[in-house]
Amino acid sequence: MPERLRHLLAIESLSAEQITFLLDEARPFQEFQRYPLKKLATLRGKTAALAFFEPSTRTRISFATAASRLGADTMNLQAEASSLKKGESLLDTARTLDAMKPDCIVMRHGASGAAAFVASRLEIPVINAGDGMHEHPTQALLDALTIRDRRGTLEGLRIAIIGDILHSRVARSNLQLLGKFGCQFALCGPAMWVPREFECLNLPVRRMQRIEDALDGADVVLVLRVQQERLHEPALPLDEYTLLYQLSPERLRLARPDALVLHPGPMIRGLEIDPSVADGPQSCVLDQVTNGLAIRMALLFLMIGAGSESDEAKGPPHAAD
Amino acid sequence: MRVSEKRQLMSATEVDRTLQRLAHEIVEKSGGTANLALIGIRRRGVPLAQRIALAMRGIDGVEVPVGTLDITLYRDDLSKVASQPVLHSSQIPFPVDDKDLILVDDVLYTGRTVRAAMNGLFDLGRPRRVRLAVLIERGHRELPIEASFVGRHVQTSEAEIIEVRLKEVDQEERVMLVERVD
Repeated sequence: MPERLRHLLAIESLSAEQITFLLDEARPFQEFQRYPLKKLATLRGKTAALAFFEPSTRTRISFATAASRLGADTMNLQAEASSLKKGESLLDTARTLDAMKPDCIVMRHGASGAAAFVASRLEIPVINAGDGMHEHPTQALLDALTIRDRRGTLEGLRIAIIGDILHSRVARSNLQLLGKFGCQFALCGPAMWVPREFECLNLPVRRMQRIEDALDGADVVLVLRVQQERLHEPALPLDEYTLLYQLSPERLRLARPDALVLHPGPMIRGLEIDPSVADGPQSCVLDQVTNGLAIRMALLFLMIGAGSESDEAKGPPHAAD
Repeated sequence: MRVSEKRQLMSATEVDRTLQRLAHEIVEKSGGTANLALIGIRRRGVPLAQRIALAMRGIDGVEVPVGTLDITLYRDDLSKVASQPVLHSSQIPFPVDDKDLILVDDVLYTGRTVRAAMNGLFDLGRPRRVRLAVLIERGHRELPIEASFVGRHVQTSEAEIIEVRLKEVDQEERVMLVERVD
């Protein structure tokens, strides 16, 4: 049995066994999404504080739904919250939430390391829902679950990551996770967004100038969102981006015929991804969303549901009831 | 937890004979098997349900579907289970609505497992009827729950534990009465 998770701050510190355990644990929750009655009492009376200091729709709704379907309640802090505008520090905000006694905090913040900062100062478990450019662990887990379901394995796959790698916590978490399973990576995007340092990560990473080279023989293509707020540093016209880096049907054909297309969302159809690819048979975007729910339910279950009072020394349980 | 074996309650042959008998009883007391289905409660209820279904096939070729139910998410004592409980999917490959269901488990004790199993079942639909078949019934009920089909009734004290070993799970087969030793 892998070591129990206290916080989920980064994929980097997880073992392959822990990751495999999490993916396996999500399976029953995948089926659960098809039940007529999607309501458990497993976490009844527990509260998950959702502290989203950066705007988010899909991740926040996903965590809120995960908590709710497990029977838990949520506390909802959103970026537009007036206390943040009034200049309250991160630590004070976290302590305020903590004083209301939630069972865990799910946190998204614009500063890398913010989740670890809060985790080191509070007693309750912290789940990192994205910290700056650092990591987005649950995204990588749901991507891995999606890949594993469709391909049967995570071992030794060739992964192409296309887009703004530099600013992408999704890319970093995916590199960390898939790197633990012996995958190889080809990164491609505008030069200033695919820095040399990525080849120094102690992972088999190659930067490719041309998207065609990155896609050649790929098992998985991870298309990153164009973060338009960054497109003016330096200037890169959108149609130039599309010309050079869009995942079109023709380009996708350079990958393996059964290659999977993943996108963390939200997609901008016609920009980083051709609409027919987004809607095509190789696209996994909707599975990613469903799997995100399953992963987050599994995490909440493990971190605030199970065994808080267990006596590990007891050994395996006997047939009792 | 250390345990010491007090006595054997059932041998492999006796387990087998009991399951045959339970299969006959269920067929006899169901007024028709068209809507019947067995649901094994993980973990050891599953092979028991499968063997009962197999035995039923031997009785006039009656074909009864078998599902499996993992009750971990429905337990009322989650804080006391292993700190990272392994979840398994429940596999119920037939609609639950209007079915004549038999829950199958190895031991009926406090009744809390069966309560959890019923919660799980009712999340899936509305069965016409739910009954319970167990290999061993050992008293000490904490909820108003009873089994319609019982392999053997055994009087026990709370310090005692019934250990059921089945070949599909434990690579050996017998039922023992053991006692907690502190």
